Amino acid sequence: MSATEVLTPTAQYRLREFHSFGALDARFVYLVPSGAIFALNKIGGDIIDQIGQAGPTSEELVEFLLHRGYQPGEIDAALTELEHSEVIICGDFTPAKPEVPVKRFPLQRIVLNITNQCNLACTYCYEYSPDKISKTEGKPKYMPASIAEASINMLIKESGDRPAIHVTFFGGETLLNFPMLRSSVEYAKRKCSEAGKQVEFSLTTNATLLTEHVVDFLAEHKVGITVSIDGDRQLNDNMRVFSDGRGSYDVILPRIKMLLERHKTNSIGARVTLSSGVHHVRRIYEHLTREVGFAAVGFSPATANPNRLYSIGEVRMGNILDGFEDLAWEYRDWAVAGRHHGFTNVNDTLKELHSGISKAYPCGAGLGLLGVGTAGDINLCHRFVDSDVGQMGHVQKGGVNHQARDQFLNTHHIGARYDCHTCWARPVCAGGCYHEAFVHYGNTSAATLHYCDWIRGWNDLCLRIYGEISLRNPSFLDRFTDN
Amino acid sequence: MHSMKPINRKARKVEAAVTAVAGDVQALQRRGGEGKIYYPMGCTLNFTPGWEVDISGGTAGLCQPVERDLFDCYLGCGWPAQVPDHLNNAPDWTDKCASAANDWRKVDLVFP
Repeated sequence: MSATEVLTPTAQYRLREFHSFGALDARFVYLVPSGAIFALNKIGGDIIDQIGQAGPTSEELVEFLLHRGYQPGEIDAALTELEHSEVIICGDFTPAKPEVPVKRFPLQRIVLNITNQCNLACTYCYEYSPDKISKTEGKPKYMPASIAEASINMLIKESGDRPAIHVTFFGGETLLNFPMLRSSVEYAKRKCSEAGKQVEFSLTTNATLLTEHVVDFLAEHKVGITVSIDGDRQLNDNMRVFSDGRGSYDVILPRIKMLLERHKTNSIGARVTLSSGVHHVRRIYEHLTREVGFAAVGFSPATANPNRLYSIGEVRMGNILDGFEDLAWEYRDWAVAGRHHGFTNVNDTLKELHSGISKAYPCGAGLGLLGVGTAGDINLCHRFVDSDVGQMGHVQKGGVNHQARDQFLNTHHIGARYDCHTCWARPVCAGGCYHEAFVHYGNTSAATLHYCDWIRGWNDLCLRIYGEISLRNPSFLDRFTDN
Repeated sequence: MHSMKPINRKARKVEAAVTAVAGDVQALQRRGGEGKIYYPMGCTLNFTPGWEVDISGGTAGLCQPVERDLFDCYLGCGWPAQVPDHLNNAPDWTDKCASAANDWRKVDLVFP
């Protein structure tokens, strides 16, 4: 039956959940919660406008469209497909409550906090700042090989049928425990070869301890690298300092250049933490790409209680979004010309928009990813390692505590986040970072409400860019399809 | 789709789901493209009058002459044809008809 056949004359048409946006002279809709993006044809736009303005009955709507010159068959087909696509509806409807996905999601990645020590003393670091939640007292400073090996065994076991798994090394400063990192990589490769799985590695470093010997090992094993750096000397040394207050820029710059020169087997990205004194997005981006040589730069605001001096605050966040927008339009220009642009925040969002992701959880923590502390305690992710929150077992004492994991997933599902139920950005956001929520609200299940406007603004911007690229250089989007 | 065009991968999945529920049946047809008529491929069926056109919308490509119609209907066509069942019940009904153009009178009459 077609849409017009099933309707009673008095039932009113209504719009369902979607976000409208425009690019060039085209109109688009981003459907919620499916995450589908459609370009509206003329009749689609007319139907949506008329329903939005008048809330017409089916009879009134068909009459309006006939008056506009559309043919009956065309009207019938358009209404039918808009209704089945969940853009419009005639009569009342109750949104279906999202179901909690299957339990025992196979693990894909573990993050090993191979040390809780660091040779820098960055003011905003969540491992050492007043907002620190990990309790490292009584825990080893460096993860022993036996714990790393048990973690890798656990990952292989819990990964089910997955053909590939991923080990991320985190800290502290990971390279303070390089000998163990090296033995872990070799162990994981051997064990995964026996298990018939692929294994990939990545690590985050402050770059102070990079040597040619270390870099050659990382390149040989195709370890993806994220370098923490906040921009040029003045900006970087604002927060990223040694314990005596000395800035780290002059120490890391030659080492990063050596890294970029010698390591070509996997991606090397810069990760910038924005804080009260460091919010100059374009200046930072240009320095890191042009003068240092990074091909990819990602930005993230420091996680902090709003009372901290280095907390960004609303005004600064507005400035940052302006800076992001400036760079994002540059990304658009480069994409239209078929060129790679290194602003990874846009790239990552476009990738999610292209697939039409509709998240049940904001990230993989507790789902496909778990963190392991130096003593072998399993936790939600690296940010919660060795804290009282999100504990999920021990790698040598029974492995993953599935009961705790299931309980966490049940209580943190998007269906349980009532604040998010009317937000159009929930397919990509799903409530925000658990750690961010815990530091701000003392509760991992709270939505990160202080970022809502920012996240909607950012996703609207990326949708407009996505729409424009789809019109001007659609083949550029193919790069997001294969990964 | 008439009202909108899918852009991302999820939209293509939505389009496929919507078409499966609300789209036209297109058996034995070739897509005419957006906004064009769907024409049947191959021969016509006597219970669908009005389809006596070929895939280009004309009549030049219809099954003709009649002898081609006869053999294509039970050998080359997957659709239930208006000819005897050559596989099971009447395997030899054209045995005496080596050339349909000349020997069509020798085709057996088969009664169901």
